[in-house]
Amino acid sequence: MTNSFQNKAPLLEVDRLSVDYGLKGNSLRAIDGVSFVLRAGEAVALVGESGSGKTTTAMAIAGLLSPNARVSEGVVRYRGERLPIDDDAAMRPHRWSETSVVFQGAMNALNPVHRIVKQIAEPCMLKLGMSRAEATARAKELLELVGIPADRGAAYPHELSGGMRQRVMIAMALACRPSIIIGDEPTTALDVITQAQILKLLGELRSQLNLALILITHDLSVVAECCDRVMIMYSGRIVEDGTVAEIFADPKHPYTKLLIDSIPNPANGKKMIRPIPGDPPNLVNRPSGCAFHPRCPSAMAVCTTEVPSLDKFGQGRVACHLHQSLQNKVTVHA
Amino acid sequence: MASTQIGSGTSQHIGRIITRAIVTLVMVATLNFILFRIIPGDPASLLLGGARSSVTAEQMVAQQQNWGLDRPLFPDQVVDYLWATLHGDLGFSFKFRGRQVTDLILERLPATIALVGVAQLIAIAVGVMLGLYAGWRRGRAVDHIATGASLALYSTPSFWLGMILIVIFSTTLGWLPGYGAYSPGATIGSLGWLPDYLRHLALPVTAVALGLIGQYVVVARAAMSEVVTEDYMVTARAKGLTNGQMLMRHAFRNAMLPVVTLITLNLGYVVAGAITVEAVFAWPGIGGLTVEALNARDYPVLQGIFLLLGASIVVANLLADVAYGLLDPRVR
Repeated sequence: MTNSFQNKAPLLEVDRLSVDYGLKGNSLRAIDGVSFVLRAGEAVALVGESGSGKTTTAMAIAGLLSPNARVSEGVVRYRGERLPIDDDAAMRPHRWSETSVVFQGAMNALNPVHRIVKQIAEPCMLKLGMSRAEATARAKELLELVGIPADRGAAYPHELSGGMRQRVMIAMALACRPSIIIGDEPTTALDVITQAQILKLLGELRSQLNLALILITHDLSVVAECCDRVMIMYSGRIVEDGTVAEIFADPKHPYTKLLIDSIPNPANGKKMIRPIPGDPPNLVNRPSGCAFHPRCPSAMAVCTTEVPSLDKFGQGRVACHLHQSLQNKVTVHA
Repeated sequence: MASTQIGSGTSQHIGRIITRAIVTLVMVATLNFILFRIIPGDPASLLLGGARSSVTAEQMVAQQQNWGLDRPLFPDQVVDYLWATLHGDLGFSFKFRGRQVTDLILERLPATIALVGVAQLIAIAVGVMLGLYAGWRRGRAVDHIATGASLALYSTPSFWLGMILIVIFSTTLGWLPGYGAYSPGATIGSLGWLPDYLRHLALPVTAVALGLIGQYVVVARAAMSEVVTEDYMVTARAKGLTNGQMLMRHAFRNAMLPVVTLITLNLGYVVAGAITVEAVFAWPGIGGLTVEALNARDYPVLQGIFLLLGASIVVANLLADVAYGLLDPRVR
């Protein structure tokens, strides 16, 4: 299956982006040379375990890095122009108008002392210059759009269920008609049924409003429902990038294979999950070469010394010496 | 429809709080009655000067009958006491013979309210603003200075601060009076009375306010530095709000929740919150009256002051609950 977005102009280009966190004199590289392109209307999932750099990548794109983070290399371009992602004040006009974030609304992302309609109307007033009445009217429309009756707008966040709060969060993210929505584990704290409803809603809104979506998750199984493409991250680097169909049917990277194997699938008679052996890598003291080599069942000598580059492979990209040697042979013999 | 539900929720909430406060007040009054009945010493003998030897048994019995002390404590005396208290009758003082306790307390109350009230207003204005700002800029120089100074002030006894202030500004520099509320010969309402009163007020107010400022800075700073790490502040930043908008629209009200509770609880101490400072400055307020009554074993006056203190703390708690409910929708 080909990616139908490949011919469109890039909306967002992330080019060799590296971010370091300062830690008491030490510094820790959270993401290391991340590059990818997002096109208008495309839905991409960033998948990885805790500490893989998926959240740092997303927060960097939104210009929401914490004060102890530093962009040490690379650029992010939006519609061809460089984004000042490390300048808090300069990023302000971009925020919410172009890129908005759906946080884990089920947790504490909504202000507990304000009515939800006010919180949705706020960016309309501050960023779009609407009057209070116009902003309130828009907030009510948005509530209806995400399936909440407009008169529930008078409720406070604690009066709503986790799924409702997540819907409010989505309505809020749509307020200024952005082109990109980043979903930061938007369904993590929800039960499976609500999770499916929220993902369905995100998918519907995306096609209805032609939104590009970056979905951050550690759960590969939620990806299939609403994404076109998946990027697998490990230890701050993208290790594989491909369409959903490709990744599930024919994973290239050994880590991706193990990730897919770890999803329980009773339909295949596979009732037990297979955990990935070993521990997540230490980011302060990252393993040499390919960071996955200590846990990799197919590790070779070269994997311990050389970092594999993320090269085009088939429809997608993969960073693995296994496939680089294969491809090199192909080019040599051709 | 949603708004009427919320409205009735609020009034139900306030109704519950008031009912609880009334029950507490009756219990405070009853405990106060019991407390002064289990203290050793017979009120009848104290009334007769305490010199038991020179009093005949007949005089003693007559005295007891006269004051109803021969009747059982329960229910007769308790009911009498509660009934009289409800009508503002707190009995007679031993020391200030024949004077009504209620009158004595009302006479001294304005001086204490002036002292602690002014100190509270200053401390709230300075301490809350400074604390919120330090919390907003936590980790910066402003935060370290404000927090350090506040902890020092908070942990210093205010009567000791008062003595130091007297030594510096009264004894050594001679700028301000360090004793009493008026200069000799000043009459209330006369020309120059108010400036004179304010000059006398300056040092004790400073002593009380400095300790309170420390308290407010510590609480406001803690509240604000917790709020700035909350997820909804990240949401506010992501929404493209400026730092000022984040502070005023999202951080301020959440950080004020514990501060408002502290302010209203402190209101309870306005009537009797400065006993030691009043003693140091010979301030003619409730604190001074407490010390005088203690020295003279003037139980009815002490009983009255205890009741006043208990009642004002109950009322302050009631106000704190109501204020919190108005500010924080989660407790309604």
